[in-house]
Amino acid sequence: MTPAEIRDEILDILSDIAPDEDLSGLDDNKSFREQLELDSMDFLDIVMELRKRHRVQIPEDEYGNLASMASTVSYLEPKMRDIVAA
Amino acid sequence: MPFQDRTAELPDDQRIVMTAVGLTSPNGNSLEDYRAALLAGKSGVQSYNIRYVGDTLAGICNFEATKYQSRRDMRRGTRAGTIGIWCAHEAIARSGLDWPNIDKSRVGIYVGITEHGNVETENEIFLIKGYDYDTSVWSHHHNPRTVANNPAGEITLNLGITGPHYTIGAACAAGNAGIIQGAQMLRLGECDIAIAGGVSESIHTFGIFASFKSQGALATHADPTRASRPFDKDRNGIVVAEGGCLYILERLSDAKARSATLLAEIVSYAINSDATDFVLPNPERQAQCVQMALKRGGLAPDQIQIVSTHATGTASGDSQECEALRNAFAGCSSVRFNNTKSFIGHAMGAAGALELAGNLPSFQDRVCHATINVDNLDETCAIDGLVLNEPEPLDQVDYILNNSFGMLGINSVLIVRRF
Repeated sequence: MTPAEIRDEILDILSDIAPDEDLSGLDDNKSFREQLELDSMDFLDIVMELRKRHRVQIPEDEYGNLASMASTVSYLEPKMRDIVAA
Repeated sequence: MPFQDRTAELPDDQRIVMTAVGLTSPNGNSLEDYRAALLAGKSGVQSYNIRYVGDTLAGICNFEATKYQSRRDMRRGTRAGTIGIWCAHEAIARSGLDWPNIDKSRVGIYVGITEHGNVETENEIFLIKGYDYDTSVWSHHHNPRTVANNPAGEITLNLGITGPHYTIGAACAAGNAGIIQGAQMLRLGECDIAIAGGVSESIHTFGIFASFKSQGALATHADPTRASRPFDKDRNGIVVAEGGCLYILERLSDAKARSATLLAEIVSYAINSDATDFVLPNPERQAQCVQMALKRGGLAPDQIQIVSTHATGTASGDSQECEALRNAFAGCSSVRFNNTKSFIGHAMGAAGALELAGNLPSFQDRVCHATINVDNLDETCAIDGLVLNEPEPLDQVDYILNNSFGMLGINSVLIVRRF
């Protein structure tokens, strides 16, 4: 997956987790929590969806990398590089 | 003439009244629509398909859930929670309470449930099956969804209620049990407003259908609206339904102080146990439960105008309840018996509360709604006063007695009075 494809995938996951939110104006460099109503259970949902969809494992001490879209894509890029986008 | 019952001996702060009701039923999402459907003979049973069991029948609710709950919270929570939230909002909106200024720490939530957690557990097992039973994809939402207090707890989260909340597990007697619990907590001073009744999400668990089918107790019929047929000779089982019904209960003294409109007063109740069988009812204990409720209320059987029966459409259950009623109401020519499950199926934890609600308007319109789908009355169910297929106008309705019985031999009876 390219960084752009990973971003699209994260957006798709977010649209499932936070279906009431408008994601069109999401600022990649601002934290998700600043822009969306997400709590710790929602972040676990992101981790869970990546595990379910792509078998990507994220250790608990690395959850902090999922703070913003930019940090998430940057963190996931090496883990998802070899995954072919559906 | 003043009412002749035990409430005359009680001070107003020990008398419990119903000041509003919020509900969702397979044939209506408000008391007005639900009552109209019951008087019009309109069924809420439809064709339904659920995994593993396949095509079957169910009573399905269709209410606007997003009116009171975000899609995010609906995804995170349970169907029972969503039903409870709808009912609580609808009840509050109809109560006339100044809700923004109500002390939320003095509101208690008491929700009857037949079961809870089966739907969510089945969903997770179905999901991990697709991952070769890898439990690392089992949802972190599973525990908060399946704790037994979930349906009541979701109501508190949604409405910011900080008083006590819990569910009352009482099989299919749970709707009555929730109301009884609320009344008791008001009398004890544990809360000032009780939001009480029952909910059911049971149509979303295949297990309940499969289990009734294995027991030979799941209804089938070519016409879904004709499938739920208590007292009929050709009845062949239960139609499972979802639904919810929550009442606003208050002490009479509080309701009077705010000039609230009163739906009914709770005159008496009783709960007992058969202690005889996991599944089969015991008509002797059922009759005792009815008699205990009458006695506690200071009532004679012939003071009751309408008995809302529990009958579910099973061969033995309906006959046994009729035997109990024949004994409890022997010689009472004026009492009328009806059945709501013939319209909506068996709404499990919500059944008792919903079935009472559908009868409450009879205090004003003086009509007893019918039991529909009785083409050939089973002679073992033939009791004088059964209202069959068409509503029956009555001269007066002062008291309604509501039966709700459940597995493991739990019987509940609630008696309410016109106010």
